[in-house]
Amino acid sequence: MQKILFIDPEKCSGCRICESVCSLHHEKICNPGRARIHVVKWETAGLYVPMVCQQCETPLCETVCPMHAIKRDAKTGAMLIDYDLCVGCKLCVMFCPFGGVNIDSKTGKVAKCDLCGGEPLCVKFCDPQALQYLNATTINLRKRRAAAEKFSDLMKKLLAIA
Amino acid sequence: MSLLQDQISHFLAPSRPAQNPWFGKGVADETMVWRRRIAYIDLTTKKIVAKPIPKQVRQLYLGGRGIDMYLLYNHVKPKVDPLSPENMLFVGTGLLCGVPALGSGRCDIAAKSPLTGCVGDSNIGGFFGPELRLAGFDHLVISGKTEKPAYLWISDGSIEIRDASHLWGKDTFETQEMIRDDNKDEEVKCLAIGVAGENLVRFANVRSGMKNSAGRTGMGCVMGSKNLKAIAVRGTMDIEFSHPDELLDYCKEMNDMIMNTRWARAQSKWGTLIIYSNTNTTGLIRTRNFQLNRFEEGEDLEPENMDRYTIGMSGCYGCAVHCRHRYVLRESPHAPIFAEGPEYTSLGAFGTMVDCKKMETILVANHLVNKYGLDTLETGGLIAWAMELYEKGIIDEKDTAGLKLEWGNEEAIFELIRQIAHREGFGNLLAEGFKTAIAKIGKGSDYYAIQVKGLSNLHSDERPTPSFALGIATSTRGADHLRSRPAIDLYGLPEKLLEEIYGAPVSSDYTSYEGKSRMVWWQELLYAVTDAIGVCKFQTVFCAVHAPNWEEFKTLIQLATGMGFTKAQLMEVGERIYTIERMFNLREGFSRKDDALPERYFKEPTTIGFPVVRGKTIDRDRFEKMLDEYYALHGWDENGFPKKETLERLGLDKEPSHMVREEE
Repeated sequence: MQKILFIDPEKCSGCRICESVCSLHHEKICNPGRARIHVVKWETAGLYVPMVCQQCETPLCETVCPMHAIKRDAKTGAMLIDYDLCVGCKLCVMFCPFGGVNIDSKTGKVAKCDLCGGEPLCVKFCDPQALQYLNATTINLRKRRAAAEKFSDLMKKLLAIA
Repeated sequence: MSLLQDQISHFLAPSRPAQNPWFGKGVADETMVWRRRIAYIDLTTKKIVAKPIPKQVRQLYLGGRGIDMYLLYNHVKPKVDPLSPENMLFVGTGLLCGVPALGSGRCDIAAKSPLTGCVGDSNIGGFFGPELRLAGFDHLVISGKTEKPAYLWISDGSIEIRDASHLWGKDTFETQEMIRDDNKDEEVKCLAIGVAGENLVRFANVRSGMKNSAGRTGMGCVMGSKNLKAIAVRGTMDIEFSHPDELLDYCKEMNDMIMNTRWARAQSKWGTLIIYSNTNTTGLIRTRNFQLNRFEEGEDLEPENMDRYTIGMSGCYGCAVHCRHRYVLRESPHAPIFAEGPEYTSLGAFGTMVDCKKMETILVANHLVNKYGLDTLETGGLIAWAMELYEKGIIDEKDTAGLKLEWGNEEAIFELIRQIAHREGFGNLLAEGFKTAIAKIGKGSDYYAIQVKGLSNLHSDERPTPSFALGIATSTRGADHLRSRPAIDLYGLPEKLLEEIYGAPVSSDYTSYEGKSRMVWWQELLYAVTDAIGVCKFQTVFCAVHAPNWEEFKTLIQLATGMGFTKAQLMEVGERIYTIERMFNLREGFSRKDDALPERYFKEPTTIGFPVVRGKTIDRDRFEKMLDEYYALHGWDENGFPKKETLERLGLDKEPSHMVREEE
């Protein structure tokens, strides 16, 4: 079972370590603008949402690519760009519904999350665990448990009244 | 407004190091740090010049506070009026600013302080520092004064002076929002002043984002005096490191190291408020200005109660700890408020010191001072002092223009905050800071002022802890806990371990005077280097003995910049920074007589708290002895003047050396 880069915005503290380690790992420099992940912020509302490629089941980037340069990696499930084929038309950037593909501000090439070959560094560095690399079963169970807790709280309140 | 484009931005393209004129021969390719630049901005003549920072200055002062202090000593002429165009504002990013570890986003703001007349220097976290580096600049030197309100727009190697007439009068949040809107870019980071800075309140601060403030010593007032409303930056350039892969691994190690301390874990949950539980129980919190050393009715201020308002934590750039609350106040006459904070400092400033017992009061006051751009600590310290004067009958309702400054009167506090920021009524007097207010009120009011060199002390009571007391007395910017506080002194660590850290015997008893001068000296050097490399003090030996310090800094500097230092050399850099600050103060007329404590520390014993902290005063003779030892450790004479051999050893005998110059 392939793992999924799972985002929990409620836990994000907005420190942007994910951005800087991503650029440091891939480009050997620090520049959040060239990272494959970005924390979108509404500062005055206190809302931070990390945005990154979702490695879709039916990837639009793959569909629209005229050069068939975007392919799924069998090992990690990540959609990878084959730069030998890529002509830089940026259709993938235009069509991705999440902004998952970004244009490198320096080279002008397109770039996207490659899950660091199965060990995403952003996850490794994310102390609040807003980014996690989990298998689907774990994600499902966690989501359900979190939702069920609300019922459990409600039950406790009802019992206390009774 | 004239538009000034920096002509040499093409030199910044990092892929062409050989074309950079300052990229001298013999400098290894990995040392990209030599190519980083300083910009001179003259607001009067509108002249802007950018230059590389010489290698020698980097080696002697690293960056951040280090280089800022070097520039302050070199560029600001002796005895200038801090509010005149001759005073300069220095903005400097730390040497390691941008690395994904230890809250590395810190930036230092310096000038001659309009509040104290000595070194003015304040450190700010958040996201401004890295953004400035990404925009191609490490340091800014701002001189002169514009005729009309202006803001600086810095973007990818270029600097413009822009009109800020429409921003004048706006609060710190609105100002930043409007600059972002004007430039249609959500990622713009600002340093901004509020109405307090515009009105030249002597302790106005500089704000960035929702929470970050360069609070102390009135740097916002200096910005206001230059008609400079904000500095806005946006950068998409690279920050280069000499050993990126190794640096990445080491950063992970550093973050693990800090997150494995209990302190950091607790901070992740409750922020700096967590300190309150410990210090209040012990009896180290000044209450009602300085009348008690514990806040007995302060249950509501316990950090756990913040859970009622918080919606999550928030972190500065590159910080795994994330110690700031994002809070919402829904049910209050002042609601709705969304804000960030409060710090432990505000808990004292608007809680214990003024006898307010509700967390809500602090949340409102915290938001108000942030909005107006006031230093929370100085504001609270002055209000607490005024309240004690009111109680003692030294001032009355006539002086305060009807304000009933009774303990815990929260509405009077909110009103006074507003008055200070707008320089109205009684607030106009307090807006001048301790020195002037004492002179104007007279009648023995100085006895009640808990300040050193004109700067208010934190709401901590140092009578039971000689190390803390010495630290606030010797601090180069006035009473301050962030210059030297050896917080680990409170842990009662084994003396063998303390000796290992501090290099000589130190008593593990926090009420003792033995070895405490060494502790303060050592921490002063460490924090000077911490501020120079631009990491967060909370992620150093401030919080735990096994938190990063010299060895880790050494490795980080090596991996990030390629500069090799030994531990001894780094400590020497700390000595150099601290001594040049000292030299600045001496030049302005400060000396041993100013390294003093408020009289009450010697006269009034503590009354409550743990048995071990009860009945404590600072012993005058032992304090003076500590001061002697402390001067000796720094290599200063008995009056606190650096000895000739010390100056020679640190290379300070050539100062001012003008190694960084605007002109060729």
